[in-house]
Amino acid sequence: MTIKPPVDDFATDWDHTDPQWVANPYPIWEDLRGRCPVAHTDRYGGGWFPSTYEGVAAVANDTENFTSRTVVIGNGRPGEDAPPAPIGVAPPISSDPPFHQIARRLILPAFAPGPVNALEPQIRELCNHLLDEMGAGPNINAGDDFAAHIPVWVIAKMLGFPDDDRDLFREFVHIVLEGVDEPQEQRIVSFQPVLEYIERQIEDHVANPRDDLTSYMLNVELPNGEKLLPEHIFGTIILTLIAGIDTTWSAISSSIWHLASHPADLERLVNEPELMPLAVEEFLRFYAPVSMARLVKEDMDYLGCPMKKDDWILLGFPAANRDPAVFENADQFIVDREVNRHVTFGLGIHRCAGSNLARLELRVALEEFIKRFPKFELSDPAAVTFSQGQVRGARFLPLTVLN
Amino acid sequence: MKVTIDAARCQGQGRCFGIAPEIFDFDDLGNGVVIGDGIVDDEELKAKARLAQANCPEHAINIEGN
Repeated sequence: MTIKPPVDDFATDWDHTDPQWVANPYPIWEDLRGRCPVAHTDRYGGGWFPSTYEGVAAVANDTENFTSRTVVIGNGRPGEDAPPAPIGVAPPISSDPPFHQIARRLILPAFAPGPVNALEPQIRELCNHLLDEMGAGPNINAGDDFAAHIPVWVIAKMLGFPDDDRDLFREFVHIVLEGVDEPQEQRIVSFQPVLEYIERQIEDHVANPRDDLTSYMLNVELPNGEKLLPEHIFGTIILTLIAGIDTTWSAISSSIWHLASHPADLERLVNEPELMPLAVEEFLRFYAPVSMARLVKEDMDYLGCPMKKDDWILLGFPAANRDPAVFENADQFIVDREVNRHVTFGLGIHRCAGSNLARLELRVALEEFIKRFPKFELSDPAAVTFSQGQVRGARFLPLTVLN
Repeated sequence: MKVTIDAARCQGQGRCFGIAPEIFDFDDLGNGVVIGDGIVDDEELKAKARLAQANCPEHAINIEGN
């Protein structure tokens, strides 16, 4: 791993993998909002970071001037080898209009509240199964032994991958987690078993079609009557795995981390379970895991900045969520906050397709966790780790169950 | 009070039918739709409609009258 020089001024040299940003990005964003609402960096080949809600919303809603063909910031400008717009590597997140709408409409019905809400009893059962396996404490690991497994199971269920492969999925989670910080070449090697597994699952679905997302994508036809290209199906499965797993895992683990360090909020939710839907939105606002990226299409002045073609934009939805221009007491976690126009799932045409699922998983996971463990605290606050990059969440989360 | 959803703005964030399921439902794509003619008379439900409007990240909910 190359050692990067430390950041001196985030306004002119931001880096979302800088240890200071990873440990606690919120004061950095607050500082930027006050003096330089759109920060610049020469790192990663050049990029911009709007720190206000207004700036984030402007870029997210502007598909004329920005492309989604690469949504994860890499070590340089994307260049010609990145798959071109409008399809991109993992439709529809990497797609631009007009193809975007076609690819998105194909998958939205599977993630609409109807089919998603039907999973609630099974998610609840899974949570209790995981809690049973964790035992009574007093020492538990809420990240590795609880939060990480819920989205893995749910996504595998939706894709129609066999239940018996649950241990394999656990392994994949570790590959996904470890892969985040690896150089691209190493990541491709680490991912190889995951890719081969998906290939086998697709083959199995071709031979034995059934009622799940994989068979649906194999059978569905585009408006022109054509079937999806194999790389489109593969890309959407990868997208579902990657976008559906460490994001929701992060939201669950960060929320549990909050409750472990804020006993008054924990006590209130235990005593007033009807507050959970409001609390879920506040957990989502306050600990929004995901930042997305865009690329500037052509040289232009935008938000007062001289942007160049292929400059990165880091779309900091978590930063927008802390903007005091939009949220009262934005830097305070208010467990029963009623007005909460957070943008955790993005804005505009790329709104997270899995938002209904993520919200359901987060609510059920927290409900079952605090039912089983109504009192707990961090075993060692300094030992807790957070993921770096564009998905932020608590990872190593050792807790002590209290009586 | 009459409540409508601007379908061109709605992206299926799902906040409206979460907050006020008496007024809002969802379609097959998960986008919000107003139940019936969108006329709301009950004071408690009016407050819920306003809350849903204040929580919609896409500013897709319109309310006429009070």
